[in-house]
Amino acid sequence: MSRTTTVFNINEELIFEKSASGKMAYSLPPLDVEDDTIEALLEPSLVRGEIEGFPEVSELDLIRHYVRLSTWNYHIDLGMYPLGSCTMKYNPKLNEKVARLGDLSGVHPLQEETLSQGNLELMFQLQVFLQELTGMDAVSLQPAAGAQGELTGLLMIRAYHVHQGKPRKYVLIADSAHGTNPASATLAGYDVISIPSNPGGTIDTSLLAERMSEDVACLMLTNPNTLGIFEVEIEKVAEIVHGRGGFIYMDGANFNALMGYARPGDMGIDVLHLNLHKTFSTPHGGGGPGSGPVACRQILAPYLPVPRVVRTGAGYSLEESPGSSIGRVHGFYGNFGMFVRALCYILSCGRTGLREISETAVLNSNYIRARLKNHYALAYHSPSLHEVVFSDKKQASNQIRTLDIAKRLIEHGFHPPTIYFPLIVRGALMIEPTESEGKAELDSFIDAMIAIAREARESPELLINAPITTKRTRVDETRAARQPILRWSPPAEAPPDEST
Amino acid sequence: MNIPEELHYTREHEWILVEDDTGTVGVTDHAQKELGDVVFVELPQRGEEIGAGEPFGSIESVKAVSEIYSPVSGQILETNSALQETPDKINSDPYGDGWIVRLRLIDRSEIKGLLSAQDYEHYLKEELAK
Repeated sequence: MSRTTTVFNINEELIFEKSASGKMAYSLPPLDVEDDTIEALLEPSLVRGEIEGFPEVSELDLIRHYVRLSTWNYHIDLGMYPLGSCTMKYNPKLNEKVARLGDLSGVHPLQEETLSQGNLELMFQLQVFLQELTGMDAVSLQPAAGAQGELTGLLMIRAYHVHQGKPRKYVLIADSAHGTNPASATLAGYDVISIPSNPGGTIDTSLLAERMSEDVACLMLTNPNTLGIFEVEIEKVAEIVHGRGGFIYMDGANFNALMGYARPGDMGIDVLHLNLHKTFSTPHGGGGPGSGPVACRQILAPYLPVPRVVRTGAGYSLEESPGSSIGRVHGFYGNFGMFVRALCYILSCGRTGLREISETAVLNSNYIRARLKNHYALAYHSPSLHEVVFSDKKQASNQIRTLDIAKRLIEHGFHPPTIYFPLIVRGALMIEPTESEGKAELDSFIDAMIAIAREARESPELLINAPITTKRTRVDETRAARQPILRWSPPAEAPPDEST
Repeated sequence: MNIPEELHYTREHEWILVEDDTGTVGVTDHAQKELGDVVFVELPQRGEEIGAGEPFGSIESVKAVSEIYSPVSGQILETNSALQETPDKINSDPYGDGWIVRLRLIDRSEIKGLLSAQDYEHYLKEELAK
């Protein structure tokens, strides 16, 4: 094997496999104080023993290993990442610069309030902006992600009904919902009743009226929903649910389609979460970390997690009361670094900028829809906003399924869109370009998709075998799930080679 | 499409074989094809009572997790524990070794509300044409 192939093309070994006894990635100057063993400094119970098989590598081995792996990564700074529902938009570098400013990042969360006024003001400002954008009365920044925001909102609803002396049993959820919705409802102690969508892809209001009762705590919906379709009957939906004393929880994952144009508070929504890591451009994926603030109407505000940042005569402070709060849902105050980035995004875009973001996200998605609709079957014909859902129906006659289309797209240089979701669409391909992409990049993506539709007719084997030009070819997902190997173990000792 | 004559079906793609007051429940051949390779099956507890149309477990495939709904009301008599080790039986033999639970029927008249093999075949054709 030639050197070039070993360096650039072949599988990178694990760091454990690179290990050779005695190699070191550090070199420290000699001690100029008295040497002491760690056992002498710490209680024996706190001292960890040797880790068996801990890798020993040189500094350069270490650097090359991780740099090589990093070049295998696909990310938004490398190319378009059109995952529907996941909203992989660009994370502006300005956000990163501001979040690293020592005056913000160097503050300890246990520092006195009088010494952290700047950080508290920043959180307060973000709360106010999120209230204004959603048309809600109060915000908690604590939840660490969308699903935790859902759980927080549902626990608040439960606390309200318990406080009224009438806890309720059920949560209604549209069948197009994100999978986290029923999971959160179950975790909050509710039984879930599913509401099927109508042929237009929105909530069936007559079925909703039938299933809504005084045992139902709330309806969870996403608007626009996961088909990218705006719930045009939202006011009627609110009337039905509120009429029986229930609340409406909005999964705010798709708020990037509405921001600056429509406010959930004006639609009858009672509580929602926002994903700062989607709509507000903070990092998404790779650990983020996420941030899922919850906004609510006054009626639910006493139940929000504490502490919350409030403005007082003397500045800003953390309010631990009221006693009706569901309590803390995160250590300290939430993922503060994300608040900095989100506020930076809001301030740098401004009022008109935020509106343009929604406009561009919707325009980009509809451009893709218009150019692809003759090549891929549209799942629903209702107008869609920031994302569009196709299916593999046109390709199925050539035995080509959604997975094959997605795998082939990798060879055309793009990250595949979300596939097989929403569950109500057979063979779904869910595309969300976001506002980040310009027309040229959209056109390359669309051209690739059109080329794949042609390949599906003319040379389906290109799709069925894809990808073959990548470092990893198609993996056996079934075997990986049925017989997962979760831990590397050293190969058995090789028998002595007698030829040497 | 494999749709055995002697079974009853649901619109959620479960089948039930009724013998006296006992029903054996599984998912249809169409369902296993749509799900793709099954990798895990979550089974109910023996003795659990399930209402008609209520979920009693779930099937995880490489594509998604889907709930399994009980065609009728009943009490779980037995679950197919072989599926824990070999969930692929749902793919290879959905009407045989891939059965999921056996239950004692509470109300035999509920059977009348289910689809016959012909009804189910007709329903599938309509669904696929959508």
